[in-house]
Amino acid sequence: MAIAKRQFDAVVVGAGGSGLRAALHLAEANLKVAVLSKVFPTRSHTVAAQGGVAASLGNDGDDNWHWHMFDTVKGSDYLGDQDAIEFMCRKANEAVYELEHFGMPFDRTPDGRIYQRPFGGQTRNYGEGPVKRSCAAADRTGHAMLHTLYQRNVRAHTQFFVEWMALDLIRNQAGDVLGVVAMEMETGEVMTLQAKATLLATGGAGRIYSASTNAFINTGDGLGMAARAGIPLEDMEFWQFHPTGVAGAGVLITEGVRGEGGFLLNKNGERFMERYAPTVKDLASRDVVSRAMATEIKEGRGAGKDGEYILLKLDHLGAEVIDKRLPGIREIAMKFANVDCTKDPIPVVPTCHYQMGGVPTNMHGQVYVPDGANEKIVRGLYAAGECSCVSVHGANRLGTNSLLDLLVFGKSSAQQVIRDIEVDEAFPDLPADAADRSLARLARLDSATSGESVAEVGAEMRRTMQLHCGVFRFPDSLADGVRKMLAVAERVKHTFIKDKSKVFNTARLEALELDNLVETAVATMISAEARTESRGAHDRSDHHDRDDANWMKHTFWFKDGNRLQYKPVKLKPLTVESFQPKPRVY
Amino acid sequence: MKFSIYRYNPDVDAKPRMQDYDIALEPTDRMLLDALIRIKEQDDTLSLRRSCREGVCGSDAMNINGKNGLACISKLADLKEPVVIRPLPGLPVIRDLIVDMSQFFKQYHSIKPYLQNDTPPPEKERLQSPADRDELNGLYECILCACCSTSCPSFWWNPDKFVGPAGLLQAYRFIADTRDLAINERLDNLEDPYRLFRCHSIMNCVDVCPKGLNPTRAIGKIKDLMVKRAV
Repeated sequence: MAIAKRQFDAVVVGAGGSGLRAALHLAEANLKVAVLSKVFPTRSHTVAAQGGVAASLGNDGDDNWHWHMFDTVKGSDYLGDQDAIEFMCRKANEAVYELEHFGMPFDRTPDGRIYQRPFGGQTRNYGEGPVKRSCAAADRTGHAMLHTLYQRNVRAHTQFFVEWMALDLIRNQAGDVLGVVAMEMETGEVMTLQAKATLLATGGAGRIYSASTNAFINTGDGLGMAARAGIPLEDMEFWQFHPTGVAGAGVLITEGVRGEGGFLLNKNGERFMERYAPTVKDLASRDVVSRAMATEIKEGRGAGKDGEYILLKLDHLGAEVIDKRLPGIREIAMKFANVDCTKDPIPVVPTCHYQMGGVPTNMHGQVYVPDGANEKIVRGLYAAGECSCVSVHGANRLGTNSLLDLLVFGKSSAQQVIRDIEVDEAFPDLPADAADRSLARLARLDSATSGESVAEVGAEMRRTMQLHCGVFRFPDSLADGVRKMLAVAERVKHTFIKDKSKVFNTARLEALELDNLVETAVATMISAEARTESRGAHDRSDHHDRDDANWMKHTFWFKDGNRLQYKPVKLKPLTVESFQPKPRVY
Repeated sequence: MKFSIYRYNPDVDAKPRMQDYDIALEPTDRMLLDALIRIKEQDDTLSLRRSCREGVCGSDAMNINGKNGLACISKLADLKEPVVIRPLPGLPVIRDLIVDMSQFFKQYHSIKPYLQNDTPPPEKERLQSPADRDELNGLYECILCACCSTSCPSFWWNPDKFVGPAGLLQAYRFIADTRDLAINERLDNLEDPYRLFRCHSIMNCVDVCPKGLNPTRAIGKIKDLMVKRAV
């Protein structure tokens, strides 16, 4: 079947923060760029980020990038690659100033500089106490950033394919990536977009869990595409559970609440974080706080009728501070928890929030496949933002480092694309079977006359993740989880949709998204079952401690045979001394 | 709970129709979007846009019991039954609750929605006082959901000529920004019998904005600046 084909210097898949930052740099360099997005760009999930973007501007107290680097390495529980972390922390100020020059409406200090607030795990002088490093626009930093980046792309005349879903990567015999096959949602039309560079910027897959802060569109499309094309996924066992999702609803309450002076209470009114993290208390890193909360709940000190949640108190900040710095939180608490947070605490629980793992890349966004301790670059393929694993977040990401990640690596990957491609060079031939995998996936959905519903199988996947791979993990339960998830993956192949229409068929989109989610879920379960230690967000009941002798290494999961492979953590930074692994105390 | 939902799929339907649904809800279903997702689980042919489910992405704007709003932050307990759901008025329907928003975004783009300042940027941030920054409050929070513009009769009649409340709110967001140096060009761009002056201050936009913003006030401020500039 002949399908339409178009050619671009670069195709960016995804129009959240990293995709837009990359696209902007490419468009300003006058490359012919296409940006594909399932949603209008300002609806991407970056819009929901609240608390801020990290940079050691030092606008309110001393700060420097080396402290930031230390915090990030420690926050990662020493699984982050220190070269990439140095790179990110050194680029942070430039990235934030650029954003300000683009028009980002940051809050301001009395002398007119960018307002900064404290955040979890971000400290001065190598852990001495909290530092003001989070550059914020009220509690709508992601919204302000995403709109600013979109606006700047409008100025640069970036070409968007809005409401197009990328289905699969195109790879040739040599393993080079030559573009993507994509579908226009409004018409169902399938097209190949050939590109000298393909950049995945598809965000995370937090929707593999039942309780998630993530948007419905966060279905790991880039991960699924990579896995099906034979590219491994790195460190997928590491998922961040954000301490403060609204109990029952999952909606995010920013760590900025605690940055501004809020704190957590158990049912006895005890500020329990003082026991778990004596120095920075409620501003310990997220894995530590989430575990403390889960422990309080498990040991019967949770609040609520069934002791099922923790209380986030902020009324003591006063209505004026709340309305100025946390207006969105007041709105969310009112709508989703029926609580006026200027008077009463908000019921919260740890909720799946962020994927530390992803498509393996170096600090220039180049995707690679591990080859022993070496990295074999996949020509033509790049990734940035939450879908990538650089790895700067290691086993646990610090709050506000995600918005920084997507700015720094969105730009650095675009710079690498510009270095790599020859605009005048002819495009290579596409393999004859370039679109076959995508067309087969669509044909299966079109022709199936019976089977399980996508909603049912999806719910089973989410329940399985929630039950078997949560904040606390148990060896037998993980082994069960692997068996169940492989069964779910089998069921995904036999789903059925009633809707066969070509026109904006969202049932079909959800079925295609489930293909991607389940790759992510299988990768997570298998990687988690194999890692017999506790590190960062991965906490195992049978191995309570971090095991640096055996596990200072990244996991790589290959879809083919569910094979695992490992590669040592890069301890050597670019210019400074390594931070050696130490016990992690906050 | 009972719903009556606008259905239209150009692939199969000769004309639009209303379809009734009566569904059992779970105690955790609090918002209209939760109910629509329950309905979609039973009838996967119902098409709608949705993403963040917390009122920040602007995807699930629709007409709910006659008033535009976001499904994800419209509480079921507040809705009279049967809940009548239609697509946003005034825009072409692609399918079911999904409208073609091209005209809406075209108007947004027409106001040049980006900071204009060609002076060389300083090494650090451009300074802005907290008071000057406060001028952007109530403006930059817009989520481009189109609830306002599609509730505005002036936009219904002239969607190609009248910028509409959402676009004008953003026009003023840049006019009000002390870092933006293109105020005159921005006012020139709106000095036209339609683009700005079709607003007759009936304030439907203010009434429906799910973020509590006030486009009418922003439009008034642009009109004031036009007058000041003329004298």
